[in-house]
Amino acid sequence: MEVHRDDEGSKIGMWLFLFTEMVLFSGLFIVYSVYRYLNREAFHQAAAHLDVALGTINTIILLASSATIAMSISAIQYQKKKQALALLTATVVLGLVFLVNKYFEWGEKIGHGIYPGSETLASYGHGDVLFFGLYYFMTGLHALHIVIGLVFIGFVIWYIAKDRITHDNFSVHENSGLYWHLVDLIWIFLFPLFYLIT
Amino acid sequence: MENSSHHIVPYRVYLIILAILILMTGISVAVTQIDLGVITIAVALLLATVKSAFVLIYFMHLKFDNRMFSIMAVGVFLMIGVVIFVTFLDYLFR
Repeated sequence: MEVHRDDEGSKIGMWLFLFTEMVLFSGLFIVYSVYRYLNREAFHQAAAHLDVALGTINTIILLASSATIAMSISAIQYQKKKQALALLTATVVLGLVFLVNKYFEWGEKIGHGIYPGSETLASYGHGDVLFFGLYYFMTGLHALHIVIGLVFIGFVIWYIAKDRITHDNFSVHENSGLYWHLVDLIWIFLFPLFYLIT
Repeated sequence: MENSSHHIVPYRVYLIILAILILMTGISVAVTQIDLGVITIAVALLLATVKSAFVLIYFMHLKFDNRMFSIMAVGVFLMIGVVIFVTFLDYLFR
């Protein structure tokens, strides 16, 4: 029996959800920009603390993971199940490497006493408190999205292995790709705002 | 609605886009090492915008999907742009 499906409809639903995510992060970007405008000198000094090399590596990792998940969607359409699974696994590995880098980056900052509520940070002044508060909140919220995306992709890998996602029924796979690209999209703006503009 | 008519994008396209995105990342890192004040910020944000356009158009399939998705996405970005513009009108001229 043919079960009713509406792939276009499920994609519209995914996009509508992604729009709410874009608006959420845009709000945070506006908060960041306004505080930056009001505390120019402090943000300038604080941003110099961030490791540009580590940020660049993480940017390239996320861009590559976006390419691999996009390729996996082509692979499933070509009916190349093994290639699709390999490309999705690569995406998960890259996502995990991103999180490990983030762990070391945060760990190094926290080791130097730079974390929300610390006395060391408070002694730097109001502007630095704002900068690092936003840094931890925005990169943290982004990292949470990475974790959710990895779980989502984990399900997709499971479904492909069980043949529940196939070359003519892959809208879940496609939607996981859209979500992962959104995470990449947000990072594309987080990276210059926090790491590059000093 | 249609469930089966899908455009298959060759791997090569994604790899070319990836190369362009990495190249642009390199350029934005290089440019921001030279401190030119406002110009540096403008260039970094402009490159980020172009990069996100590549991600939306190719990785997120806006180029190959129903035109409706592109129209909705542009609408959302215009709305966000207006909010940013109005917020800064307030802060710059109060």
